[in-house]
Amino acid sequence: MNAVELREVSLVMGGRAVLSDISLDIRTGELLGVLGPNGSGKTTLMRAILGLVPVQRGTITVLGQRATRGNPAVGYMPQMRQMPHGIRLSGQDFVASAVNGYRLGLPVVNRDTRAQVARALERVGAQELAARPLSEMSGGERQRLLLAQALLGNPRLLLLDEPLISLDPSRQQEIVTLAKSLCTDLGITVLFSAHDVNVLLGAIDRVMYLGNGQAAIGTVDDVITAPVLSRLYGSEIQVVRVQGRIFVMSGNCCAEADEHLHDSHSPSINEPRKTHSHHA
Amino acid sequence: MPEMLSYAFMRHAFVAAAVVAVVGGAVGYFLVLRGQTFAGHALAHVGFTGATGAVLAGIAPIWGLVFATVASGVGMGFMGEDLAQRDVAVGLILAFALGLGLLFLHFFTTSATQATTLLFGNVLAVSMHTVWVLTALSTASLLALAIVSRPLLFASLHPELAEAKGVSLVGYSVVFLAIVALATAECVQIVGVLLVFALMVGPAAAAQRLTRSVATGVLLSAVLALVEAWAGIVLAYYSNWPSSFWITALSVSIYVLVSLRRPAGGPLAASAS
Repeated sequence: MNAVELREVSLVMGGRAVLSDISLDIRTGELLGVLGPNGSGKTTLMRAILGLVPVQRGTITVLGQRATRGNPAVGYMPQMRQMPHGIRLSGQDFVASAVNGYRLGLPVVNRDTRAQVARALERVGAQELAARPLSEMSGGERQRLLLAQALLGNPRLLLLDEPLISLDPSRQQEIVTLAKSLCTDLGITVLFSAHDVNVLLGAIDRVMYLGNGQAAIGTVDDVITAPVLSRLYGSEIQVVRVQGRIFVMSGNCCAEADEHLHDSHSPSINEPRKTHSHHA
Repeated sequence: MPEMLSYAFMRHAFVAAAVVAVVGGAVGYFLVLRGQTFAGHALAHVGFTGATGAVLAGIAPIWGLVFATVASGVGMGFMGEDLAQRDVAVGLILAFALGLGLLFLHFFTTSATQATTLLFGNVLAVSMHTVWVLTALSTASLLALAIVSRPLLFASLHPELAEAKGVSLVGYSVVFLAIVALATAECVQIVGVLLVFALMVGPAAAAQRLTRSVATGVLLSAVLALVEAWAGIVLAYYSNWPSSFWITALSVSIYVLVSLRRPAGGPLAASAS
């Protein structure tokens, strides 16, 4: 059985077709890199798998069932957003609020909840964050908390939406390694969206590249090629491999340079073009 | 001390302040956590229109207050996140709400006392009947808060995830703002329309700086609100200055003290929570 199956799926967001007539399978137990320019539908596809975005046409099957909201077997780590200023809640209380958070009643943190939270924190190597206040954590530490929270309830499918955003390279590598170990040690299927395929190389089993309403899935060597990406970008794309790294370029300019301007760690578009890689 | 309790109005004041402060502190904790403190302020202003309108219509002002705040709380909940970005629109509506209230007062030409009481509150003028009404309203809002607090916390801290798990963000926003509206209507009885912030936001913000868990935070917020309200009444009794002044002064002082004690990003204090 595949973890996720898309059959002739079309997704629309705000009147704009994001994906048109996509059919593909995400295999059980694989770590799948999800790539593509901004607005190509990475987040929308994840939200559709969660049942939050209705499919316009086609069907999405998740772990053998039709995609539906509230599936406990699906863990989700949303894109990091601005946290309300100065929340001093401890890491433990922050994660604990997600344990059975949909049930009515008082948010009592009992022994069972504490044990679940401790297990999740331990899996992502964040035990020491349990007692620390959120307002004093770095971006990487908060990402770990969000990852721990996504692991509550022992999901079989994990959707990680841009978990590397605004992290420095060494922290990025840590999160990738962590995702890989969750995948291999616990047998969880992981969808990992990112801007840069290079940080994922060696960890991911396959890659799904979205663009121009279309999708391509397969090994990195099969998908990240000039013909496939030219089709997905709708313009001529060159793919250059240098010392195990992959550079994606359109014409004489880096294909994705403009898409990274919103990231704090992105290189300026005015930097020498030859140094632009397929990354942020 | 026992001497001041020999007056019925003082006993009423202490009971009313206690009942309201506990609700204001508890509801305020979530208000601050969700970054919606401005909503509490806005609801109080709209409540002024409701209260003066009720007076004009010959109804007890508190029912006009409750109706106006709850109706606009529910409306704000449905408008959701958009509202936070429309500060000009909200500001103008607030100004109009106060203006409209003034017009109602103009038609109802008794005295300025009514207006002053609504704007700045007067806990020493609370009747036994009002104490009962406040107790009923407080029980209702605390009960409602207790029922929804868990999904509310989930939706506040992890909105995307909560949505994915089937929690209705709009639904809880509406229910919560209705609870805030009730709490606001109660707080107006103690500190008035203009000073609701002091009772609902001050203690909650201070409590959030001092605690790291939700349970102790809510509890401390309620306790601080209670202490500030009671101390305000005692100080008003001895100084003969308005109780609302003392309550706001205490609320601000405690918040400032707490902020100074642990500056943002400062060293970790060894607190067990």
